[in-house]
Amino acid sequence: MRSDTILKISVAVFVGAFFLYLFGPLIIMSVTAFNSSAFPRVSPFECFSVEWFNVLVNDDKLMLGLRNSLFIGLGVVLISVPIGLAGALMLMQISPRVRSWYYTIVISPILIPGVVLGISTLVFWDRLGLMFNADYDSFFYNGIFLTILGQATFISAYSMLVFISRLQRFDSALEEAALDLGATHVQTFRKVLLPFLRPAIGSAAVLAFLASFENYNTTVFTIVSESTLTTVLASKVRYGINPSISALAVIIVVMTLFGAGVYEIMRRREEAQRAASTLIAKAGDAAAVLGRKRRPVYAEPAMIILTLVFVAGLGTTFFAGTVGVDQCKVAVKEEKRRLAEERIKERKLKSMFKQAAPGKETGSKSGGGTGKVEAKGTEGYKSIFAPQNLEGQVESDEKPAEDKGKVDAKGTEGYKGIFAPQNLEGQVDSETKATEEKDKIDAKGTEGYKSIFDPKNLESQSGTNGSN
Amino acid sequence: MSADVELDDVWIKFGEFVAARDVNITIKGGEFFSFLGPSGCGKTTLLRAVSGFLEPSQGEVRIGGQNMQGIGPNKRPTALIFQNLALFPLMTVWENIAFALEVRGVGKAERRKRADELLELIALSDQGDKMVHELSGGQRQRVAIARALAAEPQVLLLDEPLSALDLKLRQHMRTELRAIQQRVGITFIYITHDQGEALTMSDNIAVMREGVIEQVSDGNTVYDHPETSFVASFVGENNLFSGRVTEVSDGFATVDTSEGPMRARNALKNGSPQLSAGDSAYVFVRPESLKFANGHAHDNTIKAHINQQEFEGHFWQVFMDVPGSDKTIKMSMVNDGMELSHATGSEVSLGFAADLAVALPEGPLAAE
Repeated sequence: MRSDTILKISVAVFVGAFFLYLFGPLIIMSVTAFNSSAFPRVSPFECFSVEWFNVLVNDDKLMLGLRNSLFIGLGVVLISVPIGLAGALMLMQISPRVRSWYYTIVISPILIPGVVLGISTLVFWDRLGLMFNADYDSFFYNGIFLTILGQATFISAYSMLVFISRLQRFDSALEEAALDLGATHVQTFRKVLLPFLRPAIGSAAVLAFLASFENYNTTVFTIVSESTLTTVLASKVRYGINPSISALAVIIVVMTLFGAGVYEIMRRREEAQRAASTLIAKAGDAAAVLGRKRRPVYAEPAMIILTLVFVAGLGTTFFAGTVGVDQCKVAVKEEKRRLAEERIKERKLKSMFKQAAPGKETGSKSGGGTGKVEAKGTEGYKSIFAPQNLEGQVESDEKPAEDKGKVDAKGTEGYKGIFAPQNLEGQVDSETKATEEKDKIDAKGTEGYKSIFDPKNLESQSGTNGSN
Repeated sequence: MSADVELDDVWIKFGEFVAARDVNITIKGGEFFSFLGPSGCGKTTLLRAVSGFLEPSQGEVRIGGQNMQGIGPNKRPTALIFQNLALFPLMTVWENIAFALEVRGVGKAERRKRADELLELIALSDQGDKMVHELSGGQRQRVAIARALAAEPQVLLLDEPLSALDLKLRQHMRTELRAIQQRVGITFIYITHDQGEALTMSDNIAVMREGVIEQVSDGNTVYDHPETSFVASFVGENNLFSGRVTEVSDGFATVDTSEGPMRARNALKNGSPQLSAGDSAYVFVRPESLKFANGHAHDNTIKAHINQQEFEGHFWQVFMDVPGSDKTIKMSMVNDGMELSHATGSEVSLGFAADLAVALPEGPLAAE
């Protein structure tokens, strides 16, 4: 009895932990998409806002990448579904002895790292282009063309797996029956096998599209000078992140949920129909008249509810995210400014008492004024991970806050050390400024994180920033 | 229109394995012909050779006098009804039936009309718009037949089409198949391991064992005049006694068995008796040929001990031991409303007439 309860509890805990592990990141990310804070974060949650969706839609690079990704996805589907189908049909036809060899060979693109596929595609077409003396505008060097081909090499194998599993359930007697009734091989394929494979074609197409859409390893090599959603995202993460990426993720998650809902409704509907028709077959002809009418999918109650929930959720979110956001932001800003000022005062008081702090040197340098922006930026964070430098650093943060002319540099620096807890104050401060400087958000966002993980790069990088 | 089917010296080999060995059969046009044999005897293989899904390794298949070599299944005047029916699951009933017309390019209205005619033939009018899975087993069976008939074949091939049905339906479909065959008048070649099906429907039966045709004749002859020990043991039930032939005379053979000497017909093959004195032989006696001797004189008598009596409605099954041997004898008695004359456990004397028993050369038997 007792051990039973313990078991139940531990299972519950495990399941809970498991789901948290699965969905925790998604939930957190979704929340950040609606936080007006310029950096994707959950706490402090400032204002509920949909502005990042707006930023997302107006981000030309991202939108271009998205368009390219969609186009490439379509191309990959068109190439890899027929190849996969042909491969699967071939597998079913050949003798069992050859089959395992054949299978190993056609499945190998899945096992080869995407990086290798990407490089080899690039090299191959480059060589080919050289052979034909093609110039760089030709398709041999076209990133989109190369990416479609590069991705199709292994995505074809994915779709082949889908077809194989469907074909294994195919009763080959059906083919023989069609032949026996006088159909040619082409007719047999078109009228018997293809209709049977239709669901698999759908799944293979969806799978191929998704695999293409989210691919990075191969794409990053084959894309050359173009961009896809994944490459744009990757560069964004490297050069500065804002919640518009979370907004994109939210859109994808919602679309996935909606799609899964529709799929589930369709599946249950199919099941119910099958059960009903078996009943009819059993009950005999009299009952056959009943239940023959089929509701269209969109008239299915579950479907209507799903659509309503979806639309209502969308509407509510949009309404809540636009109305009253501005007031909220102003309030948040005020609150921040107040806090920051309090802290500055406190800090000043403290620093008066501390005479010989190691960070003093940097602090005094940065205090120089307009002419020294560059120098300040470069040095301010030199050793952010050295705790003994704390004071000096805080000081240098404070200076730009007071100096309006240095906003640019401020943006760059504001986030440099976000992962160092001791830097928190300075950061809050600089953010307050950021909200004041709407037009400069872009530049700030891009630069703020350039190489946060590489402390060695700090110097040269801030140098670049300064020159911006 | 119907056509003769001739298998001329047909051998079918898969590597070392011989699935059909020197098969020579002529099936007359319009005949209901059955291949009867245990599973794995090669009957389906022969059928596939006729329908064109495989070519014989040697010999000729002729349909309507024309050699079928190199002619694919879609070009032969045959239609096959598959064991699992192989109805197209994604088509409606009428689309299934009209498939043969569709692939020939017949227009939709014409197809529908023909499908409706065939639906009427199989008594499934107004079921044409259903999906196949909405039909019951027997209805599907009939749809498969209609679909095959729509191709207007000269020969209809049926590969154990009734094996998936339950007993009642199977018996009903036997009659129906026979009726359809007589209505359309084309050649039916029927594959089965069920002797009841073969005996009730067929004009002629070929009994097969391990790729070899053991006997070809009508059902009556196969049952009453088996030519080999395999046929005797496979078709119907038989009590078997083995021994050595002591004497042969007037078409009868006397066999010395461990249950005593028995006199039985000396089985013919190609018109001549098969046994001569000194041969090892089997004597087969049908359960229904055995009688309680009750003091009457019989050609043959056996002492036995009643072990068990089973009531099966229209007849009784009596199981007996022979004292001094491990043989079990089975006897069938028509249930004539009378009390059983002998109690279980009693010693009895059985008798049977010599011309109701058959003596055959020792040979392979059907597995129990």
